[in-house]
Amino acid sequence: MQTILKELEDRRQRAKLGGGEKRIAAQHAKGKLTARERVDLLLDEGSFEEWDMFVEHRCADFDMDQEHIPGDGVVIGYGTVNGRLVFVFSQDFTVYGGSLSEAHAEKICKLMDQAMKVGAPVIGLNDSGGARIQEGVASLGGYAEVFQRNVMASGVIPQISMIMGPCAGGAVYSPAITDFIFMVQDSSYMFVTGPDVVKTVTHESVTAEELGGASTHSSKSGVADLAFDNDIDALLKLRRFINYLPANNKQKPPVWPSEDPADRAEMSLDTIVPDDPNKPYDIKEVILKVADEQEFFELQPSYARNIVTGFIRIEGSTVGVVANQPLVLAGCLDIDASKKAARFIRFCDAFNIPVLTFVDVPGFMPGTSQEHGGIIKHGAKLLYAYAECTVPKVTVITRKAYGGAYDVMASKHLRGDVNFAWPKAEIAVMGPKGAVEIIFRKDIGDAEKIAARTEEYRQKFANPFIAGKRGYIDDVIMPHNTRKRIARSLAMLRDKELTNPWKKHGNIPL
Amino acid sequence: MIKKILVANRGEIACRVFATAKKMGIATVAVYSDADREALHVQQADEAVHIGPSASAESYLVIEKIIAACKQTGADAVHPGYGFLSENSRFRDALDEAGIIFIGPGKKAIESMGDKITSKLIAEKAGVNTIPGYTDVVKDAQQAAEIAESIGYPVMLKASAGGGGKGMRVAYNREECIDGFERATNEARSSFGDDRVFIEKYIQQPRHIEIQVMADGHGNVIYLGERECSIQRRHQKVIEEAPSPFLTEEVRRKMGEQSCALARAVDYQSAGTVEFIADADMNFYFLEMNTRLQVEHPVTELVTGQDLVELMIRVAAGEPLPLSQADITLNGWAIETRVYAEDPFRNFLPSTGRLVGYQPPSGEGVRVDTGVYEGGEVSMFYDPMIAKLITYGSDRAEACQRMVGALDGYYIRGVSHNISFLNALMVHPRFIAGELTTNFIADEYPDGFSADLVPQDEPEVFTLVAAAVHQFYRERSGMLSGQLGGHECVVPNHWVVAANGEQHSVEVELTDAGFSVQLDGVSYQIVSDWYLGDPLFTATINGRQLTVQVERKGSGYQLFYRGATVDALVLSPRAAELSRHMLEKVPPDLSKFLLSPMPGLLVKLNVAVGDKVEEGQELAVIEAMKMENSLRALNAGVVAKVAAAAGDSLTVDQIIVEFE
Repeated sequence: MQTILKELEDRRQRAKLGGGEKRIAAQHAKGKLTARERVDLLLDEGSFEEWDMFVEHRCADFDMDQEHIPGDGVVIGYGTVNGRLVFVFSQDFTVYGGSLSEAHAEKICKLMDQAMKVGAPVIGLNDSGGARIQEGVASLGGYAEVFQRNVMASGVIPQISMIMGPCAGGAVYSPAITDFIFMVQDSSYMFVTGPDVVKTVTHESVTAEELGGASTHSSKSGVADLAFDNDIDALLKLRRFINYLPANNKQKPPVWPSEDPADRAEMSLDTIVPDDPNKPYDIKEVILKVADEQEFFELQPSYARNIVTGFIRIEGSTVGVVANQPLVLAGCLDIDASKKAARFIRFCDAFNIPVLTFVDVPGFMPGTSQEHGGIIKHGAKLLYAYAECTVPKVTVITRKAYGGAYDVMASKHLRGDVNFAWPKAEIAVMGPKGAVEIIFRKDIGDAEKIAARTEEYRQKFANPFIAGKRGYIDDVIMPHNTRKRIARSLAMLRDKELTNPWKKHGNIPL
Repeated sequence: MIKKILVANRGEIACRVFATAKKMGIATVAVYSDADREALHVQQADEAVHIGPSASAESYLVIEKIIAACKQTGADAVHPGYGFLSENSRFRDALDEAGIIFIGPGKKAIESMGDKITSKLIAEKAGVNTIPGYTDVVKDAQQAAEIAESIGYPVMLKASAGGGGKGMRVAYNREECIDGFERATNEARSSFGDDRVFIEKYIQQPRHIEIQVMADGHGNVIYLGERECSIQRRHQKVIEEAPSPFLTEEVRRKMGEQSCALARAVDYQSAGTVEFIADADMNFYFLEMNTRLQVEHPVTELVTGQDLVELMIRVAAGEPLPLSQADITLNGWAIETRVYAEDPFRNFLPSTGRLVGYQPPSGEGVRVDTGVYEGGEVSMFYDPMIAKLITYGSDRAEACQRMVGALDGYYIRGVSHNISFLNALMVHPRFIAGELTTNFIADEYPDGFSADLVPQDEPEVFTLVAAAVHQFYRERSGMLSGQLGGHECVVPNHWVVAANGEQHSVEVELTDAGFSVQLDGVSYQIVSDWYLGDPLFTATINGRQLTVQVERKGSGYQLFYRGATVDALVLSPRAAELSRHMLEKVPPDLSKFLLSPMPGLLVKLNVAVGDKVEEGQELAVIEAMKMENSLRALNAGVVAKVAAAAGDSLTVDQIIVEFE
């Protein structure tokens, strides 16, 4: 017995050392923590239960049988974040560069299968050079096994990928399927083919950072949802992020007590919309002042900035926010904005998170680049997402709601539960100027007439009352009461039940 | 009595006058420009009249529009506030003609005191000390040198129509005098269209001390003590106080009596201020008389217990002054700081825009005269003063202490502000000692102001508050629903606070009244009713009351206390240990970029891709605050990319040009 216990202790020590002191030092020198250090910081102290510490690879080719490192490059297990169960796998770059072997993949799959059985989130801390090339097709098979599980888990349990090192080739497709991808600045990158291949094939010279670094993916490609300063910042923020998410698709989002009064009036919102309809303002100020404790966990803040997405809490409970941003491109809907918001709404819908929408949208972005890029289909994604969505939907039109974009942005017609308008809201087919130039085309040469017609149109349509007459909005509210009215609406909707007709799945215009 | 007062002004002074009018049961009328539609003074008046476009030359300065507004609303009196039309004798005439009372002095006083040379002559005649000098216009450089020699160097050459430091030259010898005369004359001509220059003795270690006078139409003239306004930046007053820490009772009386004599000499009626310059030996000399209510009048009100605006209204209505000189006593001490929307760390660049967050301080001995509100606008069209913060105490130390506390609690978001600078002045040992001169700021901050000039005497405050706030957030996270039954999280209470480049271990416990924190072997009892999300952490720490501004930022907290902004990270001991592996982020090399130093309009862009530029070459012109600012190349280089175009609205630090 004593000898077995001694051996167990030795084996644990060996496993915990991963690739050894030298490789750990190299990892640290890059400003990166080791797989286990990361798990320590992510989870509540002492809550981690590790599995499969003694798993080893089974490859004998290319002298691989000469060395076996217990754990085989990935640390898996479960633990808690603020007492709530999560499953974690953390790839160990110090062991064969974190490369994915058959055994490595099996560990991840085992973890995911268990998470699905109990209904808890899976968090992947990715730091892997790619497939274990010595294992050949077995490694590829391993990836596909993970992909399949990612797809099956999609919409059932939240899946989060934190990219904390390389993630290249086939490896990118597991994070790609997960709900959120976060990256660490300067030490992580993601691409399908690396700079060397790019150079050979397209003759483009590009660094790994430019091709697929955190900045690129969080601002240009939209692949990443957020970029963090370093490992510690990333893991601390990830803990905060998890606080917003329910454990699975059958649960409501978590709640904590809030001391922020639900009826808090924000007088300053009464002056936020400028008199000049062409002058922008920052919609994030509205979001912050409506939210509990002025806290907003924004996602994709640097990508498609003309639409804002993220989580807030109202009366202690998670709410997903989608808002047009008048500060950027006047808040127009374009391809990127439509995709960004649509995916966010579908996440909220899958996980029972109410959707709060702030509308100030002059329309869809015109132009050849948009039309040729397929704005028709991409814009339809947002329409589809809102229409399909069955969670509570509360909408506030702060200013413009023009044309097709009005329909899309959680309108009453798309089963909006409560639709409010601020007094300066203009719900119309288009802005007064454009409308008059079409309706009164023959008067276009006559500036005086056009001005009179424009004023007439403004009086008639550029206000919330026409829509109010038809019940397209439920009420016109004072901006300073917005938090109170939203809180009451969400409380009223707490037990909302709505089911879409049975189908295998819909056919969203992908 | 006056029934309805129109205030021909805006901002805090309009609000100030309305407050007294309301107290006296007098109806109020505001006037406003386009930019001021939603301004506080418009909301606080009983009626408001729109008087035109935003530019003051087309609204607040147009006499006809003000008169029309009076007629439209039936206002029988006008209070001009300060600035704008307050010292304009044509305005006074126009009101007289329309039969409307002007709440201010008569035409004679306005006109004679409005001219530097005339006012000096009258003052001399009235027996007021004047600076030794030549009160006539100097003919040429030769005469200037002769006069200078008779007065004795150093001398000051001054434009008669001057102000704001323009057309002023100091000469320490003959050569400088001759050269200075030419320059002052040229500057005076180009700045004011009036090249008259006079000469006077240059006062060393000068202090700015002014006397508040009040006179009625029945021959009564009194003085209400002095104000010291030596703390000035580029001739703009920054801090004012009453009384002066410098004067003796005897000198005060002399200054007061001379001021009253001058007021009598010009048949003064209403509130006025006689400004003096005093030297280190308490010799004092007349500078000028301001024939209006001063910005800094509140400090006098607090130490005399008088409402100056009320006295002005009563006198204007023809009533005699309700008090005599013997009734005026000075009690306690009052200090005023001017809170400006400007960035002290960017050479005091004015900042404008929406006040996203605004919460002025309050409490015993704290008065805030403001014309803005949360959600309001600091407009680019007018003076960017946010408020005057005035504190009162039984003595100077108490007034100072209250000021420092009030500055800590002044919550302003959306525009830059000068609170850090005001705090640095208030806690400066020389200021505390009362050793003031008008050169104080220039002497103490010769290279301008920067973040490392913000004194930080209590680093432990940041650590304690960050730890307490963090504990509160973590305790609440520990109350999240959906935890593993029977295995709920135990909220840790050992932390390492990383701030200011140092790490400190702390142990925090929640108590009934707040927190108990162990730091470096010392136990701190923090009593506070702070709640999550409150931007002001007001507490007593081991019995001492303080306010720290707290905001969550990134994964840590940003704290503001005593003018210093500190980022604090509260880590578990394990995270703190691992934090040594995190790499220092190298800030991006901005020398390769031309950044916009302020929000504004890009009026001109002088370079294109591929252009070679020389050091000092003008690259772009930005218009902000109605001023054109030229942006020049810091180094020679080649333009690699142009990221903005003429006509673009720029934000602070937006990239305009990128160099190779």
